[in-house]
Amino acid sequence: MTKLTKSEVEHIGKLANLDLTQNESEKFGRELTEILDFVGKLSSVDTEQIPPLSNVTGKKNVFREDRVGASLSQKEALANASSTHNGFFKVKAIFER
Amino acid sequence: MSDLNKLSLKVAISGIKQKDFSAKELVTDTLKRIKEVDSKLFSFISVDETAEEKVSKQEDGKEMPLPGIPFAVKDVLSTKDLGTTASSKIIDNYVPPYEATVVGKIERSGAVVVGKTNCDAFAFGASTENSGFGPTKNPWDLERVPGGSSGGSAAAVAADECIFALGTDTGGSIRQPASFCNVSGLKPTYGACSRFGLLAMASSFDCPGPIGKSVEDCEIVFNLMKGKDGRDATSSEKDQKNPPSSRQPAGLRRASKIKIGLPKEFFTEGIDSEVKELVKEAAKTLEKSGFAIEDVSLPHTEYAIAVYYILVPSEISSNMARYDGNRFGHQRETFEDEVKRRIMLGTYTLSAGYFDEYYLKALKVRALIQKDYLEAFEKVDLILGPVSPTPPFKIGEMVSDPLKMYIADILTVSANLAGIPGLAFPCGFTKNNLPVGLQLLGPHFSEDLLFEVGKKYQNLTDFHKKKPNI
Repeated sequence: MTKLTKSEVEHIGKLANLDLTQNESEKFGRELTEILDFVGKLSSVDTEQIPPLSNVTGKKNVFREDRVGASLSQKEALANASSTHNGFFKVKAIFER
Repeated sequence: MSDLNKLSLKVAISGIKQKDFSAKELVTDTLKRIKEVDSKLFSFISVDETAEEKVSKQEDGKEMPLPGIPFAVKDVLSTKDLGTTASSKIIDNYVPPYEATVVGKIERSGAVVVGKTNCDAFAFGASTENSGFGPTKNPWDLERVPGGSSGGSAAAVAADECIFALGTDTGGSIRQPASFCNVSGLKPTYGACSRFGLLAMASSFDCPGPIGKSVEDCEIVFNLMKGKDGRDATSSEKDQKNPPSSRQPAGLRRASKIKIGLPKEFFTEGIDSEVKELVKEAAKTLEKSGFAIEDVSLPHTEYAIAVYYILVPSEISSNMARYDGNRFGHQRETFEDEVKRRIMLGTYTLSAGYFDEYYLKALKVRALIQKDYLEAFEKVDLILGPVSPTPPFKIGEMVSDPLKMYIADILTVSANLAGIPGLAFPCGFTKNNLPVGLQLLGPHFSEDLLFEVGKKYQNLTDFHKKKPNI
């Protein structure tokens, strides 16, 4: 069984934008190791000639005219925001000055 | 009249059209019932007390297909101006500015929402125990789970807290709770019902569908909610060109009996013996009434859980990125454990160095699982099997072991992997009086045939009419 190391779990947490507590890292590390071990059984299936399936109903590209239709008002779109400023979503700074 | 909430959809519609009672009386009885029993069950996250008012305002209501009928909506489906939490604390304050297409279609058919039902947070689970607000109880035994993730919807229908409900099925989330609560439920063909306004879990799997008191009720609701939607590019109609499997013209098939296959992989050692017996009994009932029963094989069934729990968390990890606390809801540490677990799992299987080994491999085995079904449907018209390997389990029995809980989805996930429809309905009770359900699976867009066989079975049996004592 490949065991997920502590630094791997922390790396996944970072990629997923989840701040994990020490307890969570340990618990998820243990549980994910067990689940990955289980799903690893797929490696025994021969899929040499099999193309991957991502659309189950055989649909191909769907086209439509590029026309403007009804949409939410600015007020509606902002109604659930935790913080707004001049009609924009206000978020934490990403770039440093 | 009293206790109008106990009526089936079919009977409620004709009662209102014939003026035996009013839609308002029906809604009043339903809200009263919710007040009476929901403190015990917790089917509902929120109840819309204005439902009576809304019905009173309906003009020409009686002309509509669902005249003033009270229905419940799983809380992952957006309802305009009515809070939608996905049973997760991260958006416990979210009020959608728009509605899900399927909810709008049902409302425009005349029905009124009485409340939003509990489920596993973001529909991640099979027991409602992953809800951020606490589990729903099974109306047949309050110590047991109602199944999940649409457990609140199924419990609400079983306990007559609504006439019908909407749920969603990504890996069994309509069929398994229907089976655990002794009600009927349809997981439609992928794309048959629009996903617009459904808080996405796994976009190549998610299917909204009806839960009702009979197969006939599910058919009425499905026919009103289905159809192509410009806001969901994967939605499609029955006459879509070149689906991977489709029915031959009826005339060709009807020359002989409808053939129903029992996959040997659905009746293995891991399946509870009472469950197996009851489902085989149902097959015999169908055989006696003119269907041909045959053995079939779906050889890749044993890999379905592994494929599902790679692909679904992968899609989840990408869909859940939108919950950043900026545009709606709270910060990401508010996510429930199971949500974090699946995001982490999917992030890992999609990450550099592991993509081919997990995600791409799983997509290929998904193709093999669909191929199993397509080949089986060359031999038989429909497939029949149990929904869940066990009857309803106890609250707390499985929740501490995530992998064990995942494996319990073994009989339902393959229909979602293949994109085919599945209809679940009651087929009996265990010695301990716990409900057991079966599922009929068919080729893409074969819902009409599933309904035909399901209705025939419910004409021959009365399991679906039994009500829990609550």
